[in-house]
Parts: sequence; C-alpha cells; structure tokens
Amino acid sequence: MTEKAHTQEAEAPQFYLEEEHHPEGSTMLGFWLYLMSDCLIFAVLFATHGVLGRNYAAGPSPADLFDLPLVAINTAMLLFSSITYGFAMLQMERNAKMETLFWLGITGLFGLAFLGLELYEFYHLIHEGAGPGRSAFLSSFFTLVGTHGLHVTFGIIWLITLMVQVKIRGLIPENRRRLMCLSMFWHFLDVVWIGVFSFVYLMGVLG
Amino acid sequence: MFGNTTLTQFIFGRLTLESFPYHEPIVVVTFIAVALGGLALLALVTKYKLWGYLWNEWFTSVDHKKIGIMYIVLAIIMLLRGFADAIMMRLQQAIAFGGNEGYLNPHHYDQIFTAHGVIMIFFVAMPFVTGFMNYVVPLQIGARDVSFPFLNNFSFWMTTAGAIIIMISLFVGEFARTGWLAYPPLSGADYSPGVGVDYYIWGLQVAGVGTTLSGINLIATIVKMRAPGMTFMKMPIFTWTSLCTNILIVATFPILTATLALLSLDRYAGTNFFTNDLGGNPMMYVNLIWIWGHPEVYILILPAFGIFSEVVATFCGKRLFGYASMVYATCVIMILSYLVWLHHFFTMGSGASVNAFFGITTMIISIPTGAKMFNWLFTMYRGRIRYELPMYWTVGFMFTFVIGGMTGVLLAVPPADFVLHNSLFLIAHFHNVIIGGVLFGLMAGVVYWWPKAFGYKLDRFWGLCSFWFWQIGFFFAFMPLYVLGLMGVTRRVSQFEDPSLQIWFIIAAFGAGLIALGIASFIIQLVVSFLKRDQLRDLTGDPWNGRTLEWSTSSPPPEYNFAFTPVVHDHDSWYDMKNRGYERPLGGFKPIHMPKNTGTGVVLSALSIALAFALIWYIWWLAIVSFVAIVGVSIAHTFNYNRDFYIPAETVTATEDARSELLADRT
Repeated sequence: MTEKAHTQEAEAPQFYLEEEHHPEGSTMLGFWLYLMSDCLIFAVLFATHGVLGRNYAAGPSPADLFDLPLVAINTAMLLFSSITYGFAMLQMERNAKMETLFWLGITGLFGLAFLGLELYEFYHLIHEGAGPGRSAFLSSFFTLVGTHGLHVTFGIIWLITLMVQVKIRGLIPENRRRLMCLSMFWHFLDVVWIGVFSFVYLMGVLG
Repeated sequence: MFGNTTLTQFIFGRLTLESFPYHEPIVVVTFIAVALGGLALLALVTKYKLWGYLWNEWFTSVDHKKIGIMYIVLAIIMLLRGFADAIMMRLQQAIAFGGNEGYLNPHHYDQIFTAHGVIMIFFVAMPFVTGFMNYVVPLQIGARDVSFPFLNNFSFWMTTAGAIIIMISLFVGEFARTGWLAYPPLSGADYSPGVGVDYYIWGLQVAGVGTTLSGINLIATIVKMRAPGMTFMKMPIFTWTSLCTNILIVATFPILTATLALLSLDRYAGTNFFTNDLGGNPMMYVNLIWIWGHPEVYILILPAFGIFSEVVATFCGKRLFGYASMVYATCVIMILSYLVWLHHFFTMGSGASVNAFFGITTMIISIPTGAKMFNWLFTMYRGRIRYELPMYWTVGFMFTFVIGGMTGVLLAVPPADFVLHNSLFLIAHFHNVIIGGVLFGLMAGVVYWWPKAFGYKLDRFWGLCSFWFWQIGFFFAFMPLYVLGLMGVTRRVSQFEDPSLQIWFIIAAFGAGLIALGIASFIIQLVVSFLKRDQLRDLTGDPWNGRTLEWSTSSPPPEYNFAFTPVVHDHDSWYDMKNRGYERPLGGFKPIHMPKNTGTGVVLSALSIALAFALIWYIWWLAIVSFVAIVGVSIAHTFNYNRDFYIPAETVTATEDARSELLADRT
C-alpha cells in the first residue's frame, strides 16, 4: 500500500485496490461441488435400488447370485488402490516425480484388477440368465454397480492421461492441482463402493 | 448387433426416407421458411465477412459477458419457436369443436404440446436465467470473470447443442408425444417405439451437462471471487438469488440426468425400472422427475425475484426494505422447494398422511414468498418511484404473480387437487406464475441491464407496447383457462364435443394473439432502439442511478470489467461509493491477467450433437466414433497448458483514457 493510499484512507474510505487482486483458487471448491453432484446421481441409483431391489419378478435373488468372497477380493482391490493413491500424493509432496508415477501406476493396476473382477462377475451373471432385463432388482443392481464401474474406467483413463502429463511436464502446480482433483475423485469412488458393498451385496444377501 | 442388418441399415440406422415428415404440409412449410431464413442469414454473414468476427469474438469467447449475451440470444430465438407451438395449440382448441377436427391431427398436436413445454422451460427460461446470471453476477461482485471461464463457454455450447437436437426433431423424424416430463410407461419402448422420446432424452441430457457445470461454475464464482469487503450479507440480492438458484441447479439436475438415464436404459437396454412388468415401478419415475422438477420452478423464479429486488430498489431510490429478510426468505424457499415434490401427484394414492405433509409444506412456501412481496411493497412505500420500463414489468409482476400464487395455494389442498389435477386450472396456474413471475422478471431484466450491455437504453414506446400487450394478453389468454379448469376440462386435449366451452377457448386464443403482439413489440423495440442508438446513448455507465457495482464501470464494460478491483463497504456498494466521494482512478494501471479464448467448447458441442443423433437413430458406428472423439478432444484439451495472457498496462490505460475523454465531452 502506497503512502498516498494511506492518507486517502483517513479522509475517504478506500474504494478500490491499487494492487492486482488475486482471489484464492476455486478449483478445489468447484471439484467438490462436481463430486457432490455426482454423488446425487449415485443417490438416485441407491434410492432406486432401495425401492426396486426386492422386486425379483420370480427370478433369482441376491442370495442365489452373489459370490461374496469374490466381491470381498474386489473391494480389497479398490481399497488398496486408494491407499496407493495416497502414497502417490505423499511422494508428490516430496516432489519425487518417478516415485509419484510409480505409485500412480500401481493404483491404476489395482483399478484394472477391480474392473476385471467386476466384468467377470457381470459376464457370469448374464451367462446364468440373470441379466439386467430379468427383473427390476437386476436392472437396478447392474445400473448402480455398472455406473460405479464406468466411473472407475474414466478414472483410469484420467490417471493414464495425468501420468503422461506428469512425465512430460513434471510436478508443476497445474499438475499437482490435477492430481489433487483425481485424488478426491478416486477416494470418492471408494466411499461410494463401500455403500455398494454394504447395501447392495451384504444386505442383499441377508435378504 | 450388426449380424443380420443390411448395409443401409448399418450406415443410417433406423433413419429412412420415411423419417422425413414431407407428408405434413405444416412441417414442410415451416421447413422451407426456416431453410430460406437460415440461408439468408448465412449469406449475409458471409457477405459482410462476419465469420471471423463471430468465431473469434463470440463463439470461442470465454468472456462471461459475451457468453451471457449468447445465452439470452439463444433464449429469444427459442422463445419464438416455443410461442409458435403455443399459438398453434390455441388456434386448434378454438376451432376443434363439434366434429371439426381442427387443422392438427392428434399425432401432431401431442408433439406440439410436448415441444412447447420442453422448449419453454429448458431452452427459453433456463438459458435466459443463466444468461443473466452469467452477465450480471461477476460484475455485481467486482470480479473479472467467472471461476472457470472455459467451462462457461463449454456449458453454453452444450445448452445450445441440446436446443439444436430438439430443433432437428422438427424436420427429421418426430418429437415425443408424451407431455413435457415423458412419464412412463407411455414414454417406454412399448408405447413410444419411435424416435420422439429419444430426441427428448438426448436433447435434455446434453443440455443438462451444460446446466450442471454452469451451476457449479457460478457457485464457485460467488463463493470465491467476491471483491474484498463483500461479505455474504453485503452481496447484492440478485447475486444472492443466483447463489441459491445455482445451489438448486447443482442439487437437482443430477437427479434429472440419472432419471433420464434410467428411462433410456429401459428403452435401449431392456431394463425394467419403469415398466409395468418384471418388477418395474412407473411411479418411481414420477417421484424422481418431480424431485428435480419442483426445485426447477424455483430455479427459474428465484433469479426473477432477484431482478425485481434490484429494479425496485433502483427505481424507488431507496435501500431495499428488509434486505436480511429477503436473503433468509430466499434461502428458506430454496430449502422448502425440496420438500414439496409430491404435490404434483396427490392423486397417486400415497394416503392421507403423506398428502397432508406435502400439502402443508407447499402452503408454507407461500410465507417467505409473501414476505418478499411485502418487502417490495414497503420499498415502494414513500419511495420516489420512477416509472421506467423495468418498473412497469415489476408492478405488473406483483399484480399478476399474487393471483398465480393464490391459485397455487388452492391447488396445494389435496382434496381440491383431486378435482383440479391435470385440469386447465393447473395450466392456468403455472402459466400465471411462470409468465407473471419468470417472464416478466426476465423482460424487466432485459430493459434494466440492456444499457449496461450495449451502452444505450431501449426505446420506451415499444417497450410500453410490449408490456401492455403481454399484461393484457396474459389475462385474456389464461383467465378463461381457470374457468374451463373449474368446469372440469382436462389438459392436452385436441378436440372437444361440448360447444358451450368454445367461447372460452376463443377468448384464450385472442389473448394469445395479444401476446404475439407483445413479442412482436419486443422485437421491434430491439430493432428501433438499435437504429436510434445515438439518441438513446448513455455514456455514464450508470443511466438509472444504480446501486450495485455493475453500474460503476463503463457501458459496455471493458473485457476486464474493472481496471482496479473495487473494495466494498455496503450492500448497495456503488450507491455508497457515489455518496462518499468516490473518484474514478485515472492512472497507475497494471497489466491484467485474463483467460484465452478457445474453440474446444464448440467442437465438443458439435460432437455431442453427432453422438445424440447417432443414439436417437441407432447409427451405432457414428455413436462410437463421436464418443471416442469427445473423449479424445477432451484429453487433448488438457494438454494445452498455455491458457492465459496479460492485457498490457498500456492497453488498459488507453481504454480507461478513452472513457475519461467521453465522460469529459459529456460535461
């Protein structure tokens, strides 16, 4: 603040900044808002499953279909991937580019393993005649789990893109911001999956 | 999937020559008119070599002001289409009596009432409101742009893409015949096997992406980009209502997206969410769509309330009466709007307790709304009222909207609703609040902020013509519908037996004719004002003796909005600055950091149209290609790190000096 501004302040209030104004970044807030809007999409799918999830239409029920050990392994894959993403972020804070990339790569592999197991489960169910058109329960099951899987797929595409960008440009502020956004996205998917595992699989089998 | 199809089916999906409605004379004539008009426009743009200008200065612009103006242009164009549908319905219902089938067959009539509703809500009211929020909010909070300028451009183009998809349905195939919310099972694959509902779904999905992202963008802008000193309780009321509106958008549009996605799964993948058999539940759709749909009407009305608040304070020369109560009323309406959705289908049969709950919450909403009405009246009380055009629309609103509000409370009583459900009484009610509230607010906004956006006022005579035609036309068009509704006439009917009803429909058609004159006067007003712009010019940037920050800068504002960021001490901050000896800074300008233009939004929007068209017509190869292209272009866009630039201090100085000269010449 210059001397002139100070003297002005005494007689008239200050009505404008003479320095360039830098509002704080909006990206984190904006991305949080996006995640909450995405969360609402899942909320609708959970609600639909809550309403239609017992409408078996004389078809198979969760107890007939779900292979809980497989789903448990699947859940473990996703939870591990969240931990390894956390390791990547720790390495990013240390400014260690190669280590960051290494842990991002591990995260991606866990993500792929999760998707592979999910696709195997879907294939298996459809093969048994329990496809999404069989009953309202299966429609809502496939849609909820499939939407989550689609999010993981886009997360992996995003992860690969970011790995290339970190490789080319290093851990510059833009890339750190992007890694932070993907981190929130990835953990968000983890939280949603815990809901899916508890409400769809566990409570479904309890029937 | 491709096993037993022929090559033509592979290339064109289910699109055949028969898909083009060349056997419908009305559509053909419309098509010829649109095609000739379009060609003439393209020829003019080419002749005057405007393509480069449009592309560089408008289409690729990330300037919130230009994007705001483009939103409003889109809304006005779509208003003409939506109104054409309206007047066709009024004409049909006025003549289709006693065996006369009218000039629209039911197949065509059903598409028209669906298109009218969809277009008016999604592609007139929404872009109009979003356009104002885009234009005005950053100026009111003393910011240089929104939080995410590229996202803003992208959102606009996605909204436009949605509008284009809906417009394509007029000439290629057909539109939905389901009513504007496409209830299943009617909208399911069994009862609507054609492309109409698919146009509906994909048009709204594409536009919905834009709306949601624009909501996120504006919330982040309002929360993070306010000028120093502007605490939440010092924000202008329009910014407050915009904040609440955008929270509603982010909190409800994903529900619409998910609901339409479930409907499209039913139609495309054979799932059973909303079907009649295999465990599906159509009422689930109705619940979900209204959990979005009711907040949606508040998304439209809250910004209009904000506009009226600005207009009343400005033209009465007073602080707004009860600023804090206005803020709280807005927030209460925002929350309550989530708790009333079931009043749209009391007749579903959820039982007395559920209906009573939703009936009572609905009636409670009228309390904060009433508080707002009294705040405006008390602001006018002992104010020095100047009856400029925006004030006409505001007073017209207060008069008209209260009637609509009261019929709304009538409908909120479940036993009364059992009688009035889906009757013309309901149609009259919601047109009463949407025209008397939203549309009047938007028109007030146009005349109020036009001088800010273009540097000259709008012509008063044609503005008055527009106002009075709208105001009187509204009562002629919709009061008869209240009467008919009380007599038991239901909505969406194309032919009538009882000749005693006809006179009311003729009066309503006459009213629609008056409204047509109102729209025509509005267009003439824009043209006349443009031609008379030198007489109507305002050099001060503050033609109405305004109270908020947008009036502190030049008209039109420079691309950086404010050479120096304002510091705010009061919620009527510009009024406060004028009263306490503010002097415009004349030197010491610094370089200003701004975002660069980009064409990515236009490209993604065009690809989205291709994707939607492919999905509607089952052209799977095109769907795959355009989807991969969308992902590819989005990824490529993120590899561009060079997104901003500095406006040099000399340019800022030159711009500001030019304004100083204009201001000096004036005195």
